[in-house]
Amino acid sequence: MQTKRTIFGNRVLPYALLLPQLAITCVFFLWPAGQAFRQSFLREDAFGFKTRFVWFENYEKLFADPLYHNSLWVTVIFSLGVAFLSLATALILALAVDRTLRAARTYTTLLVWPYAVAPAVAGIMWWFLFNPTIGILPYVLEMLGYDWNHRSSSVDAMILVIVAASWKQISYNFLFFVAGLAAIPHSLVEAAAIDGAGPMKRFFTIIFPLLSPTTFFLLVVNVVYAMFDTFAVIHATTEGGPAQSTNILVYKVFEDGFIGLNLGSSAAQSVVLMAIVIVLTVIQFRWIERRVQY
Amino acid sequence: MTRTFLLAATAMIALPLSAQAQTKVEWWHAMGGELGTKLEEIVAGYNASQDQYEVVPVFKGTYPETMTGAIAAFRAGQQPHIVQVYEVGTGTMMAAEGAIYPVYQLMQDAGATFNPADYLPAVVGYYADTDGNMLSMPFNSSTPILYYNKDVFEKAGLNPEKAPETWAEVEEFSKKIIDSGAANCGFTSGWISWVQLENFSAWHNQQIGTLENGFGGIDSELTVNGPAQVKHWENMKRWQDESIFQYGGPVGGNDAPPKFYAQECAMYMNSSASRAGVVANAKDFEVGYGMLPYYDDVEGAPQNSIIGGATLWVLAGHEDEEYKGVADFFSYLSSAEVQADWHQFSGYLPITTAAYELGKSQGYYAKTPGTDVAIRQITLNKPTPNSKGLRFGNYVQVRAIIDEEFEHLLSGGKSAQEALDAVVERGNALIRDFQDSNS
Repeated sequence: MQTKRTIFGNRVLPYALLLPQLAITCVFFLWPAGQAFRQSFLREDAFGFKTRFVWFENYEKLFADPLYHNSLWVTVIFSLGVAFLSLATALILALAVDRTLRAARTYTTLLVWPYAVAPAVAGIMWWFLFNPTIGILPYVLEMLGYDWNHRSSSVDAMILVIVAASWKQISYNFLFFVAGLAAIPHSLVEAAAIDGAGPMKRFFTIIFPLLSPTTFFLLVVNVVYAMFDTFAVIHATTEGGPAQSTNILVYKVFEDGFIGLNLGSSAAQSVVLMAIVIVLTVIQFRWIERRVQY
Repeated sequence: MTRTFLLAATAMIALPLSAQAQTKVEWWHAMGGELGTKLEEIVAGYNASQDQYEVVPVFKGTYPETMTGAIAAFRAGQQPHIVQVYEVGTGTMMAAEGAIYPVYQLMQDAGATFNPADYLPAVVGYYADTDGNMLSMPFNSSTPILYYNKDVFEKAGLNPEKAPETWAEVEEFSKKIIDSGAANCGFTSGWISWVQLENFSAWHNQQIGTLENGFGGIDSELTVNGPAQVKHWENMKRWQDESIFQYGGPVGGNDAPPKFYAQECAMYMNSSASRAGVVANAKDFEVGYGMLPYYDDVEGAPQNSIIGGATLWVLAGHEDEEYKGVADFFSYLSSAEVQADWHQFSGYLPITTAAYELGKSQGYYAKTPGTDVAIRQITLNKPTPNSKGLRFGNYVQVRAIIDEEFEHLLSGGKSAQEALDAVVERGNALIRDFQDSNS
């Protein structure tokens, strides 16, 4: 690809053009992040009257806390569950649309709609569908002989939050897969077909390997989504319960800080989360970005 | 062009100014639904009764949201004058000496009449400091009671006029109801922590924590893993397995009311203030009221139940003139007429003796039977150190732990003894944390 380069005669202008973006980054990212970092070394009461510097005590307590280990584990299961479910469903839908000759655009448009739904609204909707008392799905499941209750069963609760969180993300993944499929040269697929390869064989030997950069990219994006953008879904459905079985890291930060008013521990947890995001971003840029072909 | 702009600007400044002739008092509250509408009606009544002050009610969501919102606002210097804080936040508010303006002092400074003896003893005891001074203004206090579906009772061949008195009767009635097909479940409950542990303990005269349930100091410890509580939780688990009991979720138990309204469960334990919602939603059946059940083999039961609900805390950092407005509004709010109206509409306790007497003289309790269950239950016996309430630091989180351990119990992960032992152990760690941050 040819690189376009603009030459700025004025030395101040580029900085002036960057200023609004830098200001936003400073005010909404660097400053609060710095505050969280500072607070993670403090121990204080809710109103902030008595503040004490405690070095790493908040972190030590955190890493020794079995509930934090539980939350880590829950987050791993949840993110992988969401990533797998939303990627697999999106891929199947994208393949279906790719093979559809008529109205492919209409299907594509319709499938993208859920992405526009706010997470809190999606959460409430799933809460209604799965409500043990008034929901339609437990009613159907009961007829099939399964007693659904995400209020007391941790497995049911985990399934609920994974499904609710994946649903929205399917649209996003679907778009990327459709674009990815469109980029695969038809001649390759046709040549394989002429050589006698069936649809399954063509998918696994040609299409899927050629899609792998897209898939890798989406995997990271989905894991990041599941870990950091699903607060509203959890809040609207299970609130981290039953017995902490869906209390993912992000939700725990909120619970400990905003409900429990334990600001030091909450700040320490968000610093840990910040570290995780940094690692994931590095992986994405250093390792995957190079292999993705746009 | 400039002229039009100036005119527009002047108009924009002038408008709020004319409204600001009155001193504004902001009140953050957590009353949604029917209760919220009623609260706004009360405030509108006050604003119409005089033209010096204007109270602005702002709905801030659930109790935890309202409280944390107010604390965050205080730290940012944007706090409201009045904030409604639920009873478990009392320990946190009391410890924040620089942030609150104690109500007894506020009333004194503003020259308003305020006599704690006018209030129900159970309410005063819960919110006063060790010297008997009221630190916050009681507004909505309730206590859990039992609601039951008279139609289902009748269908099951039970006497619809008789509420179960003991837990043995709850079990017996539930079995009849389920066997006869009148309903799928015997009972459900809101607020597991408040109803099935704290009130359960007080009602059976069992200790909740050392140092008079925490009233004696922040170095107290929980003791809710006694034999009576363990036995009850064991039964709850068994009743869940036998479909006699259905769990309605953590904290307030959002799924519990629909179970009762939809006639899925025949009995329902929740705050007396749930009555407004019950009356509005129980369209197809008659509702009966009863006191909380007790175990007749536990000595001292039934004792008296304890209150929940919220009080109004005044936050520091505003003008004297505005505090005069707060005091004036509080006087209006605690008048017998306003209190009686609020109590009769919502099911919250009449917090002053005068409001209770007014209701009696209006013939309200004779006309609407069952509405005095809560007040009879809370005044059944003179409160003991075990039953006058509770006050622990970090209690919001302790409540969450109670819910979690109850969920462990229901899912079969822990026995009742193990679950309650864990409540005590984890709860005490949090109470120690609070002591550590506040000393």
